[in-house]
Amino acid sequence: MKVSEQWLRELVNPEQDIASIGERLTFAGVELDGVESVASDFTNVVVGQITKVEPHPDADRLRVCQVDVGAEELIQIVTNVAGVTPEMLVPVAMIGAKLPEKDGSIFKIKKSKLRGELSQGMFCGAETLGIDDDSEGLLEIPANAKPGEDVRELLSLNDAVLEFDITPNRADCLSMAGIAREVGVLTKTDLMPVTQASVIAVANDVFPVTIDAVDGCPRYVGRIIKNVNAAVKAPRWMREKLRRAGIRSLSAIVDVTNYVLLEMGQPMHAFDLDKLSGGIQVRRAESGEKLELLDGQIIELRDDSMVIADENSAVALAGIMGGLPTSVTDATTNILLESAHFKPVQIAGKARSYGLHTDSSYRFERGVSPEIQVRAIERATELIVEICGGEPSVIVDEVADKTVLEQRVIKLRRERVSRVLGLEIDDAEIENILTRLGCVLSKEDDGWQVTAPLFRFDMQIEVDLIEELARIYGYDQIPATLRKLSPMKVVDSEAEIQLDAFHKLLTSRDYQEVISYSFVDAEIESLLTPEMQAVALANPLSAELAVMRTTLWSGLLKVASHNLKRQQSRLRLFETGLTFVQTDEGLVQRKKLSGLITGSLQHAQWASSAQNVDFYDIKGDVEALLGVASGQDFVFEVGTVDCLHPGQSANIINTGGEVIGHVGALHPGIEKQLSLGQNVFIFELDVERIKHCEIPVYKKVSAYPAIQRDLALLVSDDVQFSQLEEVLKKSEIVQLIDYHLFDSYVGQGVPKGHKSLAMNLTFQDVERTLEEAEINSLIEKLVNLLAKQTGASLRI
Amino acid sequence: MCGFVNTHVLYKEIATVQELEHILEEAQQRVAASAELRDLDDVRVHYLGKKGLITEQLKQLGKLPAEERREAGQSINKAKQQLNAAIGVRKAELETEVLNKRLAEEAVDVTMPGRGFETGGIHPVTRTINRIQNIFVKLGFSVAEGPEIEDDFHNFTALNIPEHHPARAMHDTFYFPDGKLLRTHTSPVQVRVMEKQEPPLRIIAPGRVYRCDSDLTHTPMFHQVEGLMVDTDVSFADLKGILDEFFKAFFEVDELPTRFRNSFFPFTEPSAETDIQCVHCKGEGCKVCSHTGWLEVMGCGMVHPNVLKMSNIDPEKYTGFAFGFGVERLAMLRYGIDDLRIFFENDLRFLRQFN
Repeated sequence: MKVSEQWLRELVNPEQDIASIGERLTFAGVELDGVESVASDFTNVVVGQITKVEPHPDADRLRVCQVDVGAEELIQIVTNVAGVTPEMLVPVAMIGAKLPEKDGSIFKIKKSKLRGELSQGMFCGAETLGIDDDSEGLLEIPANAKPGEDVRELLSLNDAVLEFDITPNRADCLSMAGIAREVGVLTKTDLMPVTQASVIAVANDVFPVTIDAVDGCPRYVGRIIKNVNAAVKAPRWMREKLRRAGIRSLSAIVDVTNYVLLEMGQPMHAFDLDKLSGGIQVRRAESGEKLELLDGQIIELRDDSMVIADENSAVALAGIMGGLPTSVTDATTNILLESAHFKPVQIAGKARSYGLHTDSSYRFERGVSPEIQVRAIERATELIVEICGGEPSVIVDEVADKTVLEQRVIKLRRERVSRVLGLEIDDAEIENILTRLGCVLSKEDDGWQVTAPLFRFDMQIEVDLIEELARIYGYDQIPATLRKLSPMKVVDSEAEIQLDAFHKLLTSRDYQEVISYSFVDAEIESLLTPEMQAVALANPLSAELAVMRTTLWSGLLKVASHNLKRQQSRLRLFETGLTFVQTDEGLVQRKKLSGLITGSLQHAQWASSAQNVDFYDIKGDVEALLGVASGQDFVFEVGTVDCLHPGQSANIINTGGEVIGHVGALHPGIEKQLSLGQNVFIFELDVERIKHCEIPVYKKVSAYPAIQRDLALLVSDDVQFSQLEEVLKKSEIVQLIDYHLFDSYVGQGVPKGHKSLAMNLTFQDVERTLEEAEINSLIEKLVNLLAKQTGASLRI
Repeated sequence: MCGFVNTHVLYKEIATVQELEHILEEAQQRVAASAELRDLDDVRVHYLGKKGLITEQLKQLGKLPAEERREAGQSINKAKQQLNAAIGVRKAELETEVLNKRLAEEAVDVTMPGRGFETGGIHPVTRTINRIQNIFVKLGFSVAEGPEIEDDFHNFTALNIPEHHPARAMHDTFYFPDGKLLRTHTSPVQVRVMEKQEPPLRIIAPGRVYRCDSDLTHTPMFHQVEGLMVDTDVSFADLKGILDEFFKAFFEVDELPTRFRNSFFPFTEPSAETDIQCVHCKGEGCKVCSHTGWLEVMGCGMVHPNVLKMSNIDPEKYTGFAFGFGVERLAMLRYGIDDLRIFFENDLRFLRQFN
């Protein structure tokens, strides 16, 4: 909402300067967004009247003008402005005038010669004077101006435009009258008396109004004005006020309706009466009904919309925009003025649904007072008659739903005020504030019955009044208290691992956390997880941010690519966040923990040889993470995920048989497609399934010595270590308390197609020292089991 | 040390006092002359070993007449003790020497870098969320989470933003074809908490939120922290008190002026925007605060009775406050970051600055 200070001060004129008024409003919820001068700080520009125009002897495009600037002698100005004629009034920047430019520099007018002819000044257009006006040519000077008059004074350019951000609840501030009312309340200043000439109807013609859509249009006020001159221009003062409010001047009649909209907040419309037939009908649109709007587009209506129609067809989209065929043109002589009240619920969202946004819909969907329609039409009539002439007829005021004029009565309890605000406000102060806001109070034992003004759609319930008290009394008056807090029921599950623990573990292994967008390119998504159904946004910002990630890998690979291109060849990244997958059971949002490593294992280091990461490096990191979930058993099986290297990837499975994650080398094909240029290893774990650990249960530490034995086994290449493990685990030898794989060897001494796996076994009994013979027999048992189930033989 | 043999032969019988003194003197010289522990031990064996000279002297005592034995025994024992003491001293000296030598040999360049992994780090947004959580946990709040793809009810309707409410236009919402949406704020988490739990409630809900907007000062995804307190007598004054404490703790200052401006959020009434004094210029006015001296950091207010009602909490019995703020905004102020978009570029040269 743009507010001219001058216009505002015509309505309410507090002593404070505009900056402090703006601040007061800002703190009360009407936020001042910015202040702009109406014109630049130019100096020494006066009205000139051209007395003579001659062509320049040496230049076709220049003219030499003699100009009366109210001084004893005429001055001569050479100009390239076309269309200058004798008698014309023009703004003249005199010698010595300073004209600030947009870039902050100042252009000074000096006496000069143009192609040999003396020039003692310059004619000015709007832009030269820093006036935000898109009209071309020289700035228009009113016909009654006198040569020599100061242009700044003459055009009231010592004005500022205040831009307010009006929140959706404060529809009452979407007019000059509303802002003035708010300023009056906040600065405790009385409004200037409004003198509105009452219009005397000179005719009794009426255009009948029928309201069918009562739920959307409780009131419709109309009036015929005949014999207007629609071709005249609105007066300069009006056009200037419109301009400063950001509205372009069109024809006089449209300007008047816009002016009333700005002044009072009532959107209005003028129809060309001769293009209407029958009567006005406010009704629901018929589905598929067509309407050509003022902006020229033809829309197909839906039956949830409301239209103004005559007996033939829809002539306006109610509360949003009028129709082109029935609009006022320069040729119009008879008009029908509309000043209606449409309910916010009916208008809300409708304009947007048709891709429209108008000053009218903006106000109606927030709430226009249902009691100003007659006043508004009187005001518009007064202005139209003044500007365009015409014979106003009587007003038709159709009120279809009288309840809309009933004021809300809200109970306000004294105790509730202090309970909500934590602040005691005197009764007198409460009464004073609410009365100033236009409420009517009747006092009761525990508080007041408050009748809210009709223009305040946001005063619905008690707490709305409390907000009014707070904002007018001042939020700064409310103390800051640190309330006493009683301890709450504490939930602190030891078995639940906090995300932070995983973060710490990874960062201690030189991983760097990243945060990437949750929406990614559909292409990378289908590349990585073709088997999953991604959820696509209906209104993505771009193709790169179009579908929700089904895996965090899409983000990590993008980050990797970004950094690899920036000379960072060693990366260790992780991210935690939700993934989104559409399944038969519905949308699944699961928190994942994913990592990516590539490049050398460690930074180039004097103490260790340069070595690039491989599968077992990232597996080690994954095992460390899974180790946090102590007590849970996870197994790694040959990977089945398409985007990973089939020979260097694993599915991670919990005791329940669920796949809880994957780890492996990125498939070389994808690596190539993403132009990564080096081997990349990635993992992803389901956080919910790795964040539970067992609470430790104490077991007695054996007092007897543990005995270690090494076992070198020869197995076929296709035998996996996990198969050997399986045998050990299921052997039911309780004395075997630990085992480690300490060597894997292929080469001399090992037959082709075989590998040698060396394991270290630890035996211990809790009740006694194990005898040599016992251990030997246990080992023999194990070797036999291994041989039987995996084909392993002892390597001698 | 061939000389040992000679003296051995020489004193096969009891020595005179002078001879004993001579033996001791010679022994002490040899102790002193020992350059290594091995030499010293040879000296000890030669004099004090089973067949050592002084040991032999003791063995010879029986040959003396009884009246001489005592005196001779005392002198021999004295000599033995003195020699033992001398050996002990020398031994300690030699051991120290050996140790010193070893220490000198084992010295390394301690300025060379250590072996193993360097330390990575967490993203500045996570770092900031962690701090915010820690502070609010100390203030008695617990942490809640919710889904990011939300339904219309939790993101809007339950927060008193009915369909077509103009306030919806304030949220540039990402929608899915089925009508679901990406949460535009973390406020739906407060609804989910209120649906499940009875007051008193004190929670914060940090997380990702999404707005269909992208330019210099907006990213389509960012992070918010929502806060909620509901109890029988929570007031706006309590809200101010908690926020004051939070800001002071977050910026680690004893005083940080705040101011509250009336504003509008459908889910709170009264509502406010909260400004803090600019933490860079201390209110003097600078580029960071656009020369106003203040920074807008938060929206807050008293939970609207409709919101309580929709979550089955009796607004007559309970009142509450809620607040919400952007994490990136606070991180930018705290660490002097002047570009919002850099958070999501994930350039390691940026991220490592927070390790």
